[in-house]
Amino acid sequence: MTRLETRLRALRDDGRKLVIPYVMAGIGEGWTDYVLAAAAGGADAIEIGVPFSDPSMDGIVIQRAGEVALARGAALGGVLGELKGVSPGIPMLVMTYYNLFYRAGLDRIAGTLAEVGVGGVILPDLPIEEVGPWAAAAAGPGIATVQLVSPVTEGERLVRVAAASEGFVYGVGLMGITGERLKLADTAVDIARRIKAVSDKVVCVGVGVSSPEQAAQVVSAGADGVVVGSALVRRILDGGNPLAVEGFVAELRSAVDTA
Amino acid sequence: MSVMGHPDSAGRFGEFGGRFVPEPLMPAVIELEKTFEEAWGDPEFRAEYRRILREYAGRPTPLYHATRLSELVGTDVWLKREDLAHTGSHKINNVVGQALLARRLGKTRLIAETGAGQHGVATATAAALFGLGCQVFMGEIDVERQALNVFRMQLLGAEVVPVSSGSRTLKDAVNEAMRTWVSCLETSHYCIGSVMGPHPYPYIVREFQRVVGEEASAQFADAAGKSPEWVVACVGGGSNAAGTFAGFADSSAKLIGVEPEGGAAIGKGVKGVVHGMISMFLQDEFGQVEEAQSISAGLDYPGVGPEHAYLAAIGRASYESVGDAEVLEAVRVLARSEGIIPALESAHALAWVIRERARFKEGESVLVTLSGRGDKDAETIAKASGAGL
Ligand SMILES: Cc1ncc(COP(=O)(O)O)c(C=O)c1O
Repeated sequence: MTRLETRLRALRDDGRKLVIPYVMAGIGEGWTDYVLAAAAGGADAIEIGVPFSDPSMDGIVIQRAGEVALARGAALGGVLGELKGVSPGIPMLVMTYYNLFYRAGLDRIAGTLAEVGVGGVILPDLPIEEVGPWAAAAAGPGIATVQLVSPVTEGERLVRVAAASEGFVYGVGLMGITGERLKLADTAVDIARRIKAVSDKVVCVGVGVSSPEQAAQVVSAGADGVVVGSALVRRILDGGNPLAVEGFVAELRSAVDTA
Repeated sequence: MSVMGHPDSAGRFGEFGGRFVPEPLMPAVIELEKTFEEAWGDPEFRAEYRRILREYAGRPTPLYHATRLSELVGTDVWLKREDLAHTGSHKINNVVGQALLARRLGKTRLIAETGAGQHGVATATAAALFGLGCQVFMGEIDVERQALNVFRMQLLGAEVVPVSSGSRTLKDAVNEAMRTWVSCLETSHYCIGSVMGPHPYPYIVREFQRVVGEEASAQFADAAGKSPEWVVACVGGGSNAAGTFAGFADSSAKLIGVEPEGGAAIGKGVKGVVHGMISMFLQDEFGQVEEAQSISAGLDYPGVGPEHAYLAAIGRASYESVGDAEVLEAVRVLARSEGIIPALESAHALAWVIRERARFKEGESVLVTLSGRGDKDAETIAKASGAGL
């Protein structure tokens, strides 16, 4: 079991609901302060997005944030370098697209991730059929590779995807891309229960979870935690400072704690 | 075994290809693969596909012995006339096949990406023919560059959606089509325009374009009593080239794919994973995809289909490039020697033949796929020549 999974399971087994915010790396000069702010607001883990030129699973907010970061010259190696010495006290995950790893060399990236304290990765364009080479590289340093379960992942495939997932299982809340939605999709309410029926792993639901109210709804429906990206990144794009990030994460925290 | 046979069970051509899509799309591409395999093995499906190509799209297209061009070039040149197919390019072969697949899948709508607008027009055409809805994604910059094709799509009843993200060209239109497809899988089939994307698309599109090469090889054998020594086609994503090469891969012909200098994914690219496939891409040292630059919007793509990357790797086909100036000159040469105005894309193949003419030996024949007609490019060509329209 990866360190990430051990840690998240322990929190879950203590009865804590998990809050996992997403920030875009390189979006501004002091972007690592957002990581620290999220931790201060009560996050249990944090996803660090690394910008890619062709983010095919992301909606307009994450796309924009990625464009801003790319224009500032953000690159995988540089971002990981900047993370060195940043100790938020919670697990860090990198979320990006596979080409950045592929280009840099899988073994090299796995080693660097471990070196800077990143415990897991989410690579949405690397489904279970294709994960083999990366999983082999990640095994040595113990980097967890989180898999996505979608509303149309069913039957035997659902069992296989959940079994392959490391760290936690990422339940995709809706059939679509990242982005805020006014109303929580029915599929977001349903998905944790479907995953839990076939797996005892920690299940967090993201994509389309946009507000403290929606986060509370998702955990009330049985999820162990929530991933919140666009709603937070939009606040940063709108000029929000680290305090605003801390405040929003704290709102999510109290919403899931009292759900 | 045939060189251009079935990809392996993981959708690989050698080490290229595969299926790198987010989990929400996996069930759909798996279903598409099953449906295609069944359909392609079903004589009724094939018969209907062939019937529509024959009665509606104008197939078989002629193989034309370009004698005046041959004289100019000093070698024997034959043209496979895809410019004479309905909608003006080979793109119709693929969309007819995919529209039939969409119907078999029970889908009521097609979505597509387009660069120059040729695939968009072809998709809108097939949608009209089959009574399907149609939504076409097109980079904002291409919407401006190709206003005529935007209007043609709209006239055919399609909705054209300008894409404002990233570089606002073809690669971003592909991203946006994939993003949209996830949210409408139940009703919509993604009708991809070239031999690219996740498995099974590169295979499906090559099979639907195979008709080009099979016709050409039979026509050439009939007319010349032999096989051509050289077979040449332009390469954007690579569908007209793949279809052409499929008819000659098991012959001894040299296969030449011609890329634009500013978009030479095989010539200047690096192996990567983008748009669902392992292939060759123009990208920077960090893995960010770069923009292609070509006078022909249809070749303005920073990647290439995985089977071409494979054919290059095993040495079965060679990929060389030509520049915009040579391409414009080739348009003029063909127009004046044969009375045919080729698409800028197709003119890449001709430009290569003209430039490399010293390589052809006495008695050799060169077969060139003329993938489309140049009417759509009149304005671009006029502008590049300093003339107004
Ligand atoms: C006439 C013509 N030829 C070639 C192409 C390039 O596509 P492919 O490389 O898939 O044949 C296009 C694309 O728009 C085209 O319109």
